[in-house]
Amino acid sequence: MASAAPQPALRVRNLRKSYKDVVAVDGLDLEVRPGECFGLLGPNGAGKTTTIEICEGLTEPDSGDVEILGMRWNTHAKLLRQRLGIQLQETQLAEKLTVFETVRLFRSFFRRGPDPDAAIALVQLEDKRNSRVGALSGGQKQRLALACALVGDPDLLFLDEPTTGLDPQARRQVWSLIEEFRSEGRTIVLTTHYMDEAEQVSDRVGIMDHGRVIALGTPGELIASIGAEHLVEFSAGENMLDTAPLERLEGVRAVRVSEGAVRMHVAELHVAVPALLAELARQRMPLTELRTRSASLEDVFVALTGRHLRDE
Amino acid sequence: MSERYNAGPRRNRLLEHPLVRLTAVRFHEFVREPEALFWTFAFPILLAAGLGVAFRNQPANVLPVAAATQQIARALGAEPLLSVRRLPVAAAEDALRAGKVVLAAESGVGGSVVYRYDPTNPDGRAARLLADAAIQRAAGRADPVPAGDSLVHEPGSRYIDFLIPGLLGMSLMGNAIWGVGYAIVDARRKKLIKRLVATPMPRRYYLLSFVLSRLGLLIAEVGAILGFAVALFGTPLRGPWLALAALCVLASLMFCFLGLLIASRARTIEAASGLMNVAMMPMWIFSGVFFSSERFPAFLQPAIKALPLTALIDALRANMLQGAGLAQTAPQVAVMGVWLVGCFALAVKFFRWR
Ligand SMILES: Nc1ncnc2c1ncn2[C@@H]1O[C@H](COP(=O)(O)OP(=O)(O)O)[C@@H](O)[C@H]1O
Ligand SMILES: [Mg+2]
Repeated sequence: MASAAPQPALRVRNLRKSYKDVVAVDGLDLEVRPGECFGLLGPNGAGKTTTIEICEGLTEPDSGDVEILGMRWNTHAKLLRQRLGIQLQETQLAEKLTVFETVRLFRSFFRRGPDPDAAIALVQLEDKRNSRVGALSGGQKQRLALACALVGDPDLLFLDEPTTGLDPQARRQVWSLIEEFRSEGRTIVLTTHYMDEAEQVSDRVGIMDHGRVIALGTPGELIASIGAEHLVEFSAGENMLDTAPLERLEGVRAVRVSEGAVRMHVAELHVAVPALLAELARQRMPLTELRTRSASLEDVFVALTGRHLRDE
Repeated sequence: MSERYNAGPRRNRLLEHPLVRLTAVRFHEFVREPEALFWTFAFPILLAAGLGVAFRNQPANVLPVAAATQQIARALGAEPLLSVRRLPVAAAEDALRAGKVVLAAESGVGGSVVYRYDPTNPDGRAARLLADAAIQRAAGRADPVPAGDSLVHEPGSRYIDFLIPGLLGMSLMGNAIWGVGYAIVDARRKKLIKRLVATPMPRRYYLLSFVLSRLGLLIAEVGAILGFAVALFGTPLRGPWLALAALCVLASLMFCFLGLLIASRARTIEAASGLMNVAMMPMWIFSGVFFSSERFPAFLQPAIKALPLTALIDALRANMLQGAGLAQTAPQVAVMGVWLVGCFALAVKFFRWR
C-alpha cells in the first residue's frame, strides 16, 4: 500500500492558477502524509476548490508540480483515477436513479472495491437503498456522494466542502464517517470553511487565504502559534476604557476593541483574569460582561488576516 | 494491496461492464420521465390520428342541381353524380345565388334546354358537362366510343400514406436530438459529467451509452408508429423490412450525433434548446414532413436535398410507398452517412467534459 512507501501521499509545489483577472492559486506548497487527514481551511474564494481540483486532475494548473501517490497526471492518469476517491463541491447526482443504481454505476468504473451494497452500508444508507436520489435529504445525498467516492476502495480521498449546507446532526454523521475512513488507513484531503470541521476531523490543517497557505500545522500547534490559548471578552458598558495598560498585563498577547467589547488573547486564564479585574478596579470601571473561551482556528485566521473566515 | 472490504456476491461480469451500466442508467432515466414517454410514443401517434381524420378521403362529390320541368328532372336523375331538385325558374335562380345548387336547367325555346351556372365555379362547369350528357343521352344520343371507369382508392396514394413516413422521420429526429441533447446538458449543468470524468470511466463509453440506449428505444418507437399506421390506416410497407430498419438505425445514429454536437458545449438548457430549435426548424419546414419538399423553388432544392431529414424522409417514402431497397435509396443514404460522420467527428472534438 502507498503508506509503506516513503514518499508523501500528495506533494504540491509552487502551484499557480489564474482565471482572467483573478489569481485563484498563488504559489501554493503542500505536503500530505500517508494516512493523515489533512484539512484545507479558508474563506470562500480562497482557492481551495481550484487547488483540490488541480490535484484531482480536473483542472490544468498554469504552473507548478503535483505529485500524487508518487505519480503525476501527465504520465499516470489512468492508474491515478483508479486509486482516488473524489467528492466534488456541488455535484447533483441523477435524481431519477435509485441509491443502489447510482452506486452500482460508479462501482462499474473501478477494477476493485466493495460491492455496491457494502458501499451503501458503509455510509449507512441501507434503508434508502431503493429510494430515488431526488427523494433524499441533503445529508443523505452527501453520504451517497461519499459512497460513490469510496466505491473504488481509494488510497487517497478528496472531499471538497463535505458538510456545507448540512444541519448540525448531518454534519456530525459525516464527520464520524470521515473519522472511520481515516482509521482504516486512508489518506484524506478535505477543504472546508468551517473552523470546527477542520479542528474536529483533521490531523493537520493548512490555512488558506488568497491562493496561498498562510499557516500549517496541527490544530493545537496553530492555536499555540498565536501565543494565546484563550480568549477573554468583556465589556465595561458605556464607559471610556483605557486599553493601553491591558496590553502590559502578564500573559496578554493582543487586545482588540470592537463595538464597545474588548477581546484579549491570553496565554493563561488564571493569571490574566485576576490581573484584568485588578486593572478595571484601578480605573474604577464596572464590568458589565465577561466571557472566556479557548482559542479556535477562527482566532488563528483572525490573528493572521484581521478578517473572519465567514464574513456574515 | 490489502482488501479492505469483501467484494460481495460475484455479479455477472458483462452486466457490471461500465458501458452496460451507463446504458442501463439511460434507460432508467428515460422510462421514469413521463414527458419523454409522451413525446416519444404518444405524440406522433396522436398527430397521425388527428391528421388522418382531417385528411381522410371523402366520398366523391355529388353536385346539387335544379331542374325546372319534370322531364328535365327525370333525365338528370339518371346521372348518379347529380342530385336533382325540382324548382320553378325563379326559385332556382335564388338557390343558384345562395349556392344551394350549382346549376339550374330549364327549357328554352323550340325544345332546347338552357343551363344557368357560374362559369368561374368549377363545380358549375362540371355540372354543366354532366347535365348536358345526361340530357343528350335521355334524348337518345349514342356514344360513338364505349367508355368505362376504373376508380383509384388504393392505399399508398392517400395523404395519410404520404404523411406517415414524414411523421416517422420527424419523430426519429426529435427524439434523438432532444433525448441526447437534453440529457447531456442537464448532466453538465449538474456537474454530473465532471463527476463522472473524475472516475476511471472511459469517456467514449459515456457518449456511446446515449447512442446505444437510443437504438434500444428505436425498436419500440418505430414499432409503435408503424404498427399504429398499419393497423388503423392500412399504410403499406412495400419495401424490404431490413432496408427500412437500416434506414431507421442510420437516421437515429445520425441525429444522435447531431444532438451530441449541439449539446457539446452548451451549459444551460435554454442555450441548448435554442440551438436545437435552430437546427430542427428548417427541417420541419423544408424537409417535406407534411407536404412534398418539391413544392419549394428549384434553386432551393439542392440545399433542401442536403438536409438530413429530407434525405431520411425521401428514403422512407421510397421504401414504404414505392418498395425501394437500400440500393435505390443510395443517394439519401450517402447524405445521411456524411452527416453522421461529420457530426460525430465534430462532437468528439468539441465536447466539453465539465
Ligand atoms: N472557472 C472559473 N472561472 C473564473 N474564476 C474562477 C473559476 N473558478 C474559480 N474562480 C475564482 O477563483 C477564486 C478561487 O475560487 P475557489 O477555488 O472556488 O475558492 P474556494 O473553493 O476556496 O471557495 C475565486 O475568486 C473564484 O471566483
Ligand atoms: Mg470551494
